[in-house]
Amino acid sequence: MNTHNTHSRTIAWKLWRRNGLIWAALMLLLTLTLVFAYVPMGLVTPAAGIVIAFVKAGLVILLFMELAKARPLIRLAAMAGVVFLAVLFALTLADVLSRLAGR
Amino acid sequence: MSETTGLLKEPWQYFERQREAGTFGIWVFLASEVLFFGALMLTYTVCRIENVQAFAAAGRETNIWYGTINTAILLTSSLTMAMASQAAAANEGLRRLILWCLAATAALGLAFLVVKGFEYREDIEKHLVPGTHFGLKQPTEQLFFGLYWIVTGVHAVHLTIGIVMVVRLTLLGYLNKFQLDENPEIQVTGLYWHLVDIIWIFLYPLIYLPGRSS
Repeated sequence: MNTHNTHSRTIAWKLWRRNGLIWAALMLLLTLTLVFAYVPMGLVTPAAGIVIAFVKAGLVILLFMELAKARPLIRLAAMAGVVFLAVLFALTLADVLSRLAGR
Repeated sequence: MSETTGLLKEPWQYFERQREAGTFGIWVFLASEVLFFGALMLTYTVCRIENVQAFAAAGRETNIWYGTINTAILLTSSLTMAMASQAAAANEGLRRLILWCLAATAALGLAFLVVKGFEYREDIEKHLVPGTHFGLKQPTEQLFFGLYWIVTGVHAVHLTIGIVMVVRLTLLGYLNKFQLDENPEIQVTGLYWHLVDIIWIFLYPLIYLPGRSS
């Protein structure tokens, strides 16, 4: 019983260490994005916010949701939403931005 | 070490296959959610491109502290959810850890809603609701706040569903109504929870950060 307890405590500690590090990285990125928002850098300021959001989402998807070690079928299903969203953004923004350029 | 036979449900013959189907199913659902929230974010993007100044001015009116604290709360809830899910998958009899992490996840979700409630009250007091009594000068700033109420409202509904599901898992586990170890329901609920967190990760810079540097 005692060895079992020590064993499960080691497992729990390993899980806390792995996920705690990811959490710390997410908090660091949150601080960074907050600080960058107050620095006037023209278009770079909003872009920094979006880029950091992608990095944070990437950490959650790959490590918390464990897509990094998921089977190909699961990765395909996860990618489908992102791919079609990219099509939606690309086609719509191609229209909107080309109209703005013509003004 | 536990058996998985108690977890097997109709119509599956093998537990492995059941788990695979559950994970696949939730990811397909999450992909449809990405398109749903993505379309709202695209609407926001188009409106912002056409009204840069108004969106900067409107963004400044949001309360950055409520927004940042809530982001930290949701990121932490993702940590506890991931812990619960991975501890269950480890199949090492980590019952107390799983239950505490599930309870913490639900509590953090509730904390988010409470903070959001205070924020909504402040927004209403500042007349940030689009309509005849809208409090800001430029009429186009209503575009920002129209989207703000829709997107944060729909997100809060999603989070509420998540809290109900996590509380359900916590209670069933606590009352020994089902087996926690290797239970795929914990992983599937966790995946949904993380998606709700990811949506907020993108909403944070869109809602709270515009116009801070000008």
